[in-house]
Amino acid sequence: MSKQIKQSGDDIWKNKVEKVNSELFTLTYGSIVSQLCRDFNYNYSEVNSQLFKMGYNIGIRLIDEFLEKSQLSRCSSFQETAEIVSKVGFKIFLNVVPTVANWSADSKTFGLVFTENPLADFVELPDDGKASKELWYSNVLSGVLKGALEMVQLDCDVFFVSDVLRGDETTEIKVKLLSVLKDEIPAGEE
Amino acid sequence: MSSSHSKVQIQGIGYDPTVGPRSTGPTQAPLPATPTMRGGQLSSPSTPITSSTPAIFSTRSNSLKSSGSNAIGGLTSIYDRNLHRAKHEISLSSLSFLFMEMISINLNTSKSVVELERKLNNLGYTIGLKYLELASLRVNFNNNLTSSGKSNTAKRDIKILEILQFVVSTIWTSLFGKPADNLEKSSEFNNQFMIIDNAPLLTRYISMPKEYENLNCEAFIAGLIEGVLDSSYFKCEVSAHGVPIDNFPTRTVFLIKFDESVMKREARLAGK
Repeated sequence: MSKQIKQSGDDIWKNKVEKVNSELFTLTYGSIVSQLCRDFNYNYSEVNSQLFKMGYNIGIRLIDEFLEKSQLSRCSSFQETAEIVSKVGFKIFLNVVPTVANWSADSKTFGLVFTENPLADFVELPDDGKASKELWYSNVLSGVLKGALEMVQLDCDVFFVSDVLRGDETTEIKVKLLSVLKDEIPAGEE
Repeated sequence: MSSSHSKVQIQGIGYDPTVGPRSTGPTQAPLPATPTMRGGQLSSPSTPITSSTPAIFSTRSNSLKSSGSNAIGGLTSIYDRNLHRAKHEISLSSLSFLFMEMISINLNTSKSVVELERKLNNLGYTIGLKYLELASLRVNFNNNLTSSGKSNTAKRDIKILEILQFVVSTIWTSLFGKPADNLEKSSEFNNQFMIIDNAPLLTRYISMPKEYENLNCEAFIAGLIEGVLDSSYFKCEVSAHGVPIDNFPTRTVFLIKFDESVMKREARLAGK
C-alpha cells in the first residue's frame, strides 16, 4: 500500500508538475524571512507567527491543487493521511520525501523527519544568540500543513520540534490531530 | 559592501569530493578571517571555498568560522557544503504560492502601489547581489570542466553590452531555464536598455484587478537585475513594465536606466 502511494507521488512529480530551479525558491524565502525579521525588530516569536500565518494562507489554497493533481479520495485513517502527506504531498510540491516517524501511543500524533529542506539550503541563522533558540526558520511549512489539513476537516496542531539550523540532529515537524471537523452550514443560510 | 579576496591553496594527496575540504588533511591552509557583519543579517547562499582548485573567493556577510566547527557545537558549517550540487527542482506552484504570500504581506504594510513596488524591488535586490556571485562561480566551474587544464578564464564584464548579455543568457537561464527573449537598446535615450521576457514565470498565475493596474509584480525580478548590475559596478535603476502583444499577454519589459557615471565610463572605454 505504501509502495503504491510512493509510486503515485513519483509519477505525479514526473508527469504533472511543472518544475523550476529550487534556488530561486530558497533565495526568495530567505529574503522574505529577513524582511520579516527586520520589520518586526527581530522579535522572533512574532516572526514565527507571521510565517505560520503565511503558510496557513498558502495551505488553504494548496490543498485544492493537491487534490486536483493526486485525485485521491478520503483517507481511511490518520496513518494513511500521514503517509499521503509525506509521500505525495511533499513530493509534489517540494520534491522531498520526509519520513513518518514517532507515532504516539494513541496514534494521534506523528512526526515528519526531513533529511533535506529546500527552504533552508545554505542558510545560517543570525549569530545574535536569540535566533538559534527562538526562530523556527521553516515555520511556513507548519502553516501550510495546518491550512491544508484543516480544509479536509482535520483540525491539527502542527509545530516544529527540532531544526538542523538550530543545531539539532534532525528537522522534525509534529502533527497532532485534535479533532475531525464536521461540515457545517454557515449561519444564516439554509 | 566590503569583501576580502584571498587565494586558498590546498595541498594534500587527493581531494575527495564526497568528503569535502577536510579530505585534504591537516596540510590544508587555514581559512583567513573575514570581516563579520553583525546586526542579525540572515545569510543565504554565499560562496564557500571550493578546494578542488585554488580559488579566489569573497564572502559577502557573516563570520567565517574555522573549518568544521561551529558556535553551536561541533557541527559542520554551511561553508563546507559543495556549491556545485546536482540541480534540485521544485514545483512552479510552490514558488508561485510563496510569491503570492510575499506580495500579500507587503500589500498589507504598504500604503501605495509605488511603495509596494519599491519593497518588492528591495527584496529582489538582496537576492541579485548574491546571485551574481553564485552564477559567476558556476560559469567558471563549467569553464574549468570543459577546458581541460586551462585555468579559469572568465573575466569580469566591464562593458554594458557584455554585462547585459551575461544577465540575459547566464542569469536568466539559471533562474528560469531559458535565456531572456530579447535585449534592446532604446532609440530615444542613450542610457536605456530593455530586457524582454515574453512569459515571465513568477507572474504567470497572477491576474491584476482594476485598482492595481499600475503595479507590476515583476518588480521583484527587476530588483534582482538591479542587484546584479549594481554589484558589478553598473549603477542603474530597473523597472518592470507590462507590454502585452498578440501571442503573449503577460509580456514584460525590464527597463534599465544606467547612471551618468556608467555612460561616461563606457564612452571612455570605447574611446581607448
